[in-house]
Amino acid sequence: MPQETITLEVFRYRPEEDKQSTFQNYDVPYHEHWVVLDAINWIKDNVDGTLSYRWSCRMGVCGSCGMMINGEPKLTCAVFLKDYFPKVIRVEPLVNFPVERDLVIDMDGFMEKLKSVKPWIIRDDTDQMDQEYLQTPSQLAAYKDFSMCINCMLCYSACPVLDGDPEFIGPAALALAHRYNLDSRDKGNEQRQDIMGAEEGVWGCAFVGECTEVCPKNVNPAGAIQQAKIASTKAWYRSVLLPWGKR
Amino acid sequence: MRNPLVRPYPKDWFLRTRAYRLFMLRELTSVCIAGYLVYLIWWLYKFNQVGAEGYEELLSFVRHPVSIGMHTIALIAAVWHSITWFNLTPSVMPMRIGEDKVPDVVISIATGFGPWLVLTGFILWATLG
Repeated sequence: MPQETITLEVFRYRPEEDKQSTFQNYDVPYHEHWVVLDAINWIKDNVDGTLSYRWSCRMGVCGSCGMMINGEPKLTCAVFLKDYFPKVIRVEPLVNFPVERDLVIDMDGFMEKLKSVKPWIIRDDTDQMDQEYLQTPSQLAAYKDFSMCINCMLCYSACPVLDGDPEFIGPAALALAHRYNLDSRDKGNEQRQDIMGAEEGVWGCAFVGECTEVCPKNVNPAGAIQQAKIASTKAWYRSVLLPWGKR
Repeated sequence: MRNPLVRPYPKDWFLRTRAYRLFMLRELTSVCIAGYLVYLIWWLYKFNQVGAEGYEELLSFVRHPVSIGMHTIALIAAVWHSITWFNLTPSVMPMRIGEDKVPDVVISIATGFGPWLVLTGFILWATLG
């Protein structure tokens, strides 16, 4: 029996020669246990070595292989060919990002946004870093779900707000900022308030909620942003009503 | 050589997935509710003008099939908006008891559906009972 195949319609863009992107079809051997990333790797190894894309761990941990699969942002290491067979699978780079080459996006803007919310533990006693900062299980539970983010950026491709407002800090970075604000060891709430409470911060979110739907790690960035809106509102009222108190 | 390609976001994004379509539906219900509020203010304004003598005439306007149709649409929109909003509450206001999360359904009922039903029952009792 001849080997069954499945067609991948792959987005191509070569910055040296192309002004616009094109699509190229590849017929790939169909195996029930293959994921889309396996098929792309097969193309790279056997048909077209020029195809560019990012990948690393193949097990949903590194967050490198996010792409648009038939218009939906997904980790290609977690999407099985059998869920689409025998139909054509269209593979594109994540939307809401400039494309460097083929399926590789430019993530510089995302990295800048991520850095702007200071996603690390901020302390005012750094001269005593040799001490332990104890945390109870319930204090850990308060932020643990939000700490599962792998920075795969699928949520940025699912967010229509970023289309109208490219300056919007976006789901993953805001969720991570909220994660550190909830951390009992962190003292950086006030430092993050200006960026989180800004128009391009949590208030830019229209609560479409698709970021939560596409998140492969069940982080719920939409929920984090709404919770941060409440925290931002409380901080504003406190600063107005109790200007002598701490925010 | 870097020459990043910027692509437009799909203009029909709000039709692309079920979640997007439901979001747009939830947002559009606000238009119906805003329209109803404008109508209510207009009605109160007219009532203030005509007084008790013109009340029956105003009531006949409200009982017109077009008016009943518009009221029905506004009611469906308000109910849909309330249900979807209460379902989102656990995401916005999660609660914990120690390490354990309070189940979403408990939060939805305690903060939304429960008070909604009690208030609706009270209003029905006060107006019809």
